Amino acid sequence: MNKQLRREIILDNYQHPFHKDKEVDDSYIKVNTNNESCIDNLDIYFKVENGVILDVSFKGEACAISTSCSSILLRYLVGKNLNEVKVILDEYNKMINEEEYDQDILKDLIVYSDIYLQPNRKNCALLPVKAVLRLLDNLGEKNGN
Amino acid sequence: MNREDFKMLDNDIVYFDNGATTFKPNCVIDSMNDYYNNYCANAHRGDYKISNKVDIEYEKVREKVKDLIGASSSEEIVFTSGATQSLNMIVLGFMAHALKSGDEVLITKSEHASNVLPWMELQKKMGIVIKYIPLNDDLELTYDNVLNSITSKTKVISIAHVTNTVGDIRPIYEIGKLCKEKNIYFVVDAAQSIPHRKVDVIENNVSFLAFSAHKMLGPTGVGVLYGKKELLEEVVPIFVGGGMNNYFLSNFEVEYSPIPNRLEAGTPNVAGVIGMGKAIDYLMNIGYEKIEKHEEDLKRYFLEKVKRIKNVKIYNPNSKSGIVLFNIDDVFAQDTATFLDYYNICVRSGNHCAKMLIDELGIKNTCRISFYLYNTKEEVDRLIKALENSKNIFDIVI
Ligand SMILES: Cc1ncc(COP(=O)(O)O)c(C=O)c1O
Repeated sequence: MNKQLRREIILDNYQHPFHKDKEVDDSYIKVNTNNESCIDNLDIYFKVENGVILDVSFKGEACAISTSCSSILLRYLVGKNLNEVKVILDEYNKMINEEEYDQDILKDLIVYSDIYLQPNRKNCALLPVKAVLRLLDNLGEKNGN
Repeated sequence: MNREDFKMLDNDIVYFDNGATTFKPNCVIDSMNDYYNNYCANAHRGDYKISNKVDIEYEKVREKVKDLIGASSSEEIVFTSGATQSLNMIVLGFMAHALKSGDEVLITKSEHASNVLPWMELQKKMGIVIKYIPLNDDLELTYDNVLNSITSKTKVISIAHVTNTVGDIRPIYEIGKLCKEKNIYFVVDAAQSIPHRKVDVIENNVSFLAFSAHKMLGPTGVGVLYGKKELLEEVVPIFVGGGMNNYFLSNFEVEYSPIPNRLEAGTPNVAGVIGMGKAIDYLMNIGYEKIEKHEEDLKRYFLEKVKRIKNVKIYNPNSKSGIVLFNIDDVFAQDTATFLDYYNICVRSGNHCAKMLIDELGIKNTCRISFYLYNTKEEVDRLIKALENSKNIFDIVI
């Protein structure tokens, strides 16, 4: 993906983030995610039924990378079951950590493939991932796993 | 001024984060190397020449600190790891014993975490009551608001002399007088003031004072706790061990050393203390008036120029210290800091450890510029130029 397209996707998701501040009801699970070293702080809401993410929303203040990444990732996770979610997160982590990864699985998320060039922003690109991992943990505990 | 004394400035970095920490002049680093290379020994321990020299150099710094803040005697000066440790010792080592449930402690919402969380601990532990003195529209603390917040239960006023967010300079002389009249302990967090302006503990009737060396050209990991002698005597050591006892016996009889040693358990940060002493010499050599004026000039110069940039908002145009809080319209503070970093300009983004100020400012995060003596108008010009170019911020940040 060329730099220009990459930037357009990120900027578009920053300026028009997917389901940011969308109203949610009590059926959504809330997970907070923040970076100790910086100031990003987001609450992410998931509606999960029968092991499938049906809907998402997020609120809070975060930088262009964290916000856009939340937007792209969350949009992508809607409709996925928890196993699929795990696969996506695994591939994404590999990419961020400069390991071999599968582009086809990551789709638009590959816009962050160069983020390792700015080490201080890696955490920004991992912010929503931390939230999804916490969600998986929470759900796992509930099921007694 | 004095730029040639700072190696860090050879790196073509514009450093505007002096509120976080400052660069160190060569003489400070040299003095620490001199200790490590030429008289490396423990303090208060040896009977040989180099150890003796350590004692002399270490205690000389106590005298320097005493003179710097106008204390009555060097016994009133305790070396700590920094302002945070000093404040914890004041609150948990002294106030925990001097206060009782229901006593009121006045702080403000613009205090640094280190002057808030110890009090919250005490609130949990023993039921003291923390009250916030209201700030005015400029988010500054006025004498009248202090006066009006005092009740018959007020036992402590604990405030920063200069805040690390808004950068307002608090009227500590008047507040100190008030504390004296009303018999209130006056705790002053001088972390952001000592590097830039004179603080006299007697004139201002300060009970306890805390500051760090690293914000005043000195090394990290060292700082000062000052306490009025009769109060410092009552501080219960949080740490006990070597260097702070006269004797201890197998029948559990123990006698601690007199202050200040009683409050300096363990091998102290000798190199750090020596470096701090050098930093004090260096600052005194230049003089506070010159430093203050230089920072004021830079701030005025910046504010004048930034006026022309329409999409930059300044939150504290009226504050008197060398601190400026700003945001670029519709840009998250951290993105602004990343953008400026591209031009090798270092500013801090965030809430600056004063998380409660969010309530007052109505905005969570800002960028902070904090000037110091080695900053120049040319550097301010570089910042202004970068801010003027901020239309393409996302080309750089993303
Ligand atoms: C006003 C104020 N108080 C206390 C501190 C704590 O200083 P240190 O981290 O050196 O202990 C700081 C440092 O940021 C400060 O700005």
